[in-house]
Amino acid sequence: MRSLMNRRFLTLAVLALAIAVLPLVFPSSYYFRVASLVWVSALAAIGLNILMGQAGQVSLGHAAFFGIGAYAVAIGPAHLGIPPWAALLVGAVLSAVLAYLVGRPILRLKGHYLAIATLGLGVLVAMIISTESRWTGGPDGMPVARLALFGWRVSGSDTWYWITGGLLLAGTWIALNLDDTPTGRAFRALHDSEVAAQVVGVDVARFKLQAFVIAAVYASLAGSALAFMNGFINPDQAGFLHSVELVTMVVLGGLGSVVGSIVGAAVLVTLPQALTVFQEYEHLLLGLIIIVSMIFMRNGIVPTLSALLLRRGRS
Amino acid sequence: MAEFLQFLISGLTVGAVYALVALGFTLIYNASGVVNFAQGEFVMLGGMVTVFAAAAGVPLPLAGLVAVCVAVAVGLLLHRLAIEPARGASAVTLIIITIGASILLRGIAQVMFDKQFHKLPAFSGDTPVDVLGAAVQPQSFWVLGGAAVVVLALYVFLEHTVLGKAVLATAANRLAARLVGINTTTIMALAFGGSAAIGAVAGILITPITLTSYDVGTLLALKGFAAAMLGGMGNPLGAVLGGLILGLLEAFGAGYLSSTYKDAFAFLVILVVLFAAPQGLFGRRVVERV
Repeated sequence: MRSLMNRRFLTLAVLALAIAVLPLVFPSSYYFRVASLVWVSALAAIGLNILMGQAGQVSLGHAAFFGIGAYAVAIGPAHLGIPPWAALLVGAVLSAVLAYLVGRPILRLKGHYLAIATLGLGVLVAMIISTESRWTGGPDGMPVARLALFGWRVSGSDTWYWITGGLLLAGTWIALNLDDTPTGRAFRALHDSEVAAQVVGVDVARFKLQAFVIAAVYASLAGSALAFMNGFINPDQAGFLHSVELVTMVVLGGLGSVVGSIVGAAVLVTLPQALTVFQEYEHLLLGLIIIVSMIFMRNGIVPTLSALLLRRGRS
Repeated sequence: MAEFLQFLISGLTVGAVYALVALGFTLIYNASGVVNFAQGEFVMLGGMVTVFAAAAGVPLPLAGLVAVCVAVAVGLLLHRLAIEPARGASAVTLIIITIGASILLRGIAQVMFDKQFHKLPAFSGDTPVDVLGAAVQPQSFWVLGGAAVVVLALYVFLEHTVLGKAVLATAANRLAARLVGINTTTIMALAFGGSAAIGAVAGILITPITLTSYDVGTLLALKGFAAAMLGGMGNPLGAVLGGLILGLLEAFGAGYLSSTYKDAFAFLVILVVLFAAPQGLFGRRVVERV
């Protein structure tokens, strides 16, 4: 128990240190922007990992919630006169409500059927966003008003670096703590065997639904943060490919590993940036890297590496 | 009446393509348990290779044959280089690998061909045929007929050849199939090759109607996947029916309700069907014992 507490503390400390120290080596504001993108994606991936890694349920439509969060802070101030910070909350609540309502029937489904149902949900939301152009600007996207807190207009890539870094720390802290609560243990029981979990009195349906709602809120907040940061939003953020990217982050980093989700997000966000040199070959290389890393590290980067280190340490 | 017939035929035409994609999904899923998200890329390869071979002066039928061969080679390579080395990995890992393969193939197509839309000439001209008042493109008959031939050929292969029975045995129980001396690795390679060929044929048939480009695969894979689910995963007949139903839903939805939400309509119906019948329309009900 004690070592578990320590490990959790260590993870948070290392993450906080990384966020604090990285700016010292950044040569330009472009790096702040890329790092903020990593923090935002990692936040969404950590949430999705609670659903996939801990509760063992797949979602191929998770970008829908990311999109709802992003469009809430775009539409709220522009069309409805809601202050930006309140729009962020509205987005989170909307995502939670949608996840709750749809999750109940959807989560009865298993395996590939759950995958197609969540995929369908994601496609529907993305399609509504790109079709209702009166509200959302359609496929071209729409601008997002700056976030203002007590008269302070938040802008600048370094400012957003610290805000998204703080959000990620908070998200990581909650996810790590969740692991050690009755809810977290119920999630893991679910993951290992639904039947066994049911036998020992875990309300399977309720906990799946909880994990789905938590994951949706994480994604929604990440979406809002990205929209504020970019000052612009388009339907791709809610699309199928973004959902796939989120799932890939989680699986590539390691299912069930919170650190893994951050590593997975870092790889998937920085890789295309690094590959822009080979612009023409970007897709080709991205696909190749995904295939190769999944073949050779099928449990994900972090679990594979830590198992390797453990073995090295013992011998 | 003429309008209804028009929607019916265009729905069946698109549905036939979805059916072929779904059939490809089912073949691979049954033989290996893998949900192959790169299925749409086989369709893209079928169309694109034919277009570029034809542009290089190869006669159309031969260009189509070349495209099918290219797709089969890609399918076999996909199995040999990406699926076989990851044997025993979890279902979600395998899904990610096929998604990676789909991105890779799209990337290769983008580099080797281009990012433009391309068209093939219709096989027997563009003069619409009058069917009870509905104007039907002759290419529709090619699509429907081609799909029917593929389905029939697959049926005969599975039911009446030793190799086909080996595929069915592998689908039913891989371990038992291996115990009676079936080389399941060969069967899996066969499934990937066959599935690629089916996809490529679909791509060649539909390109004169819908055009093709390097990225048409994604949406087709989604629709095909949805059709396979709708019919009940792993059921070939269900896949064909699921594809046709999906095509009809889209055509009638676009015709009578809203054409902007044409694609949404299909997914909405799938959600409703899955809520009501979690195993798909024609799937076997699995009873869970506790």
